[in-house]
Amino acid sequence: MMNDKIVPLNFVPIGKTAKVKSLISDGILRRRMLDLGLISDTVIEAVQKSPSGDPIAYWIRGAVIALRSEEANKILVEVN
Amino acid sequence: MGLTSQSTGLALWENDLNIEKLTPGDKVIALSGNPNVGKSTVFNSLTGLNQHTGNWPGKTVTNAQGRYRHNDVNFIMVDIPGTYSLMANSVEEEVARDFVCFGNPDAVVVVTDATCLERNLNLVLQTLEITARVVVCVNLIDEAKRKKIKIHCDTLAKRLGVPVIPTNARSKKGLEKLMDAVYDTAYKRINVNPIKITYDETIEQAIRRVQDKIRNRVDGKINDRWVALKLLDGDETILESINKYLGINLFDDCGLLELLDQTRNALSDNHNGHGQLRDMIVSHLIRIAEELGREAVTFEDKQYNHIDRKIDRILTSRIFGLPIMLSLLAFIFWLTIAGANVPSEYLADFLFGIETKLTDLFTSLMAPEWLHGVLVLGIYRTIAWVVSVMLPPMAIFFPLFTLLEDLGYLPRVAFNLDHYFKRACAHGKQALTMCMGCLILHDIREVPPALA
Repeated sequence: MMNDKIVPLNFVPIGKTAKVKSLISDGILRRRMLDLGLISDTVIEAVQKSPSGDPIAYWIRGAVIALRSEEANKILVEVN
Repeated sequence: MGLTSQSTGLALWENDLNIEKLTPGDKVIALSGNPNVGKSTVFNSLTGLNQHTGNWPGKTVTNAQGRYRHNDVNFIMVDIPGTYSLMANSVEEEVARDFVCFGNPDAVVVVTDATCLERNLNLVLQTLEITARVVVCVNLIDEAKRKKIKIHCDTLAKRLGVPVIPTNARSKKGLEKLMDAVYDTAYKRINVNPIKITYDETIEQAIRRVQDKIRNRVDGKINDRWVALKLLDGDETILESINKYLGINLFDDCGLLELLDQTRNALSDNHNGHGQLRDMIVSHLIRIAEELGREAVTFEDKQYNHIDRKIDRILTSRIFGLPIMLSLLAFIFWLTIAGANVPSEYLADFLFGIETKLTDLFTSLMAPEWLHGVLVLGIYRTIAWVVSVMLPPMAIFFPLFTLLEDLGYLPRVAFNLDHYFKRACAHGKQALTMCMGCLILHDIREVPPALA
């Protein structure tokens, strides 16, 4: 409903949580993301930026995982 | 067509996944698990020095095998590549899947990380879809305890329908029980009742239709329900593998391919295209894992990772991240070089002292000069140099690096440097190989598609 709240994951501010809405990648990249547990409604927290600002570490289903912006911007989320 | 390996039967030999047994009664155990869950610690603790490594047939993926004895039975443990799934997205995943499916293991041990068990259950569920002879090893249980995570192994065992054994492989805790469970599973001494993974009714119907067709062809040599699911999922590599390892060519089965096509199209229409269908299948397992996680894992202190995060924030911060990393690496190099000088000198003195004695011995035996030249001045002296120069730095550097690895600092290095390495068309992981002073070619090819 609140479509304006849907943003790519790399736009989520550090310390905020967001809910996965859709993946806009396909093929193997999409598979890998699903294997990481990034299915719809998965809650993700942006934990920490690396010194150069990219990649960013996210808390996903009990583990901290670093995603580059080119991967994270293919994950659309709703910021809580 | 001429003589190809296919036509001469060489292919059969090359593709042989069978593990050589010392006696026919030996049991073959596959050891699988996600990467970084302490799988190799479990492997090393169980098999000790009885190991050897090779490559998987036709693949440049390492294959380590080891032996151990339990209850008077020889177990051959095969360390299959660590993967997050068995969907054959990469060479490692294909190797892992193929060994579980076609290597005829008597049991599959799936090693999981107690500190993020839910995430690891995806692989457990995928393995259970292929075979019921699974033992789940919940490793790093002490680390979980430290983080105030409680794992209810009995609950999990009940829900999964296979043994679940908590271990701490580093301190050998729980390994005896693990070996008992493996023994019982390999000898079918326990009743397993693996969790039934049921998909959406339309998918289930499709599976049943395809499964019936496959059952006639594969004759119980492989789980037909699982093959049907993979085929509906669009994974054609499974057909190749069935052809390769079971010698059953399903490619020329027009009836099957036609039915498959039909069913897949019907399903796609039902589920907004084929991509949706794939997502549904994967998502389903992840949701089950989530549910199992909720039942079997209690976080007694939800703030448990706060200290870890604080440390992380400093180690990877914009201001301190790189300086801390550079000074730490510089310190290690300094320690290696400066620290190695003294023992190097001692070693050289000691070894060259022996050389003088050897020369004396050769003279007293009146050995010919050329023999003394070859053995003492040639072979011995070279070895003495190499040992005294190389051994001390290695004996300092490798333990220090292992310590950094155990502390989990290396992934932080990769995280800090990824950006800079990406500019050089490499990725952060390669920082580590460079630190070690050598660039292993394999690593360059290994850039995962997701990160390339």
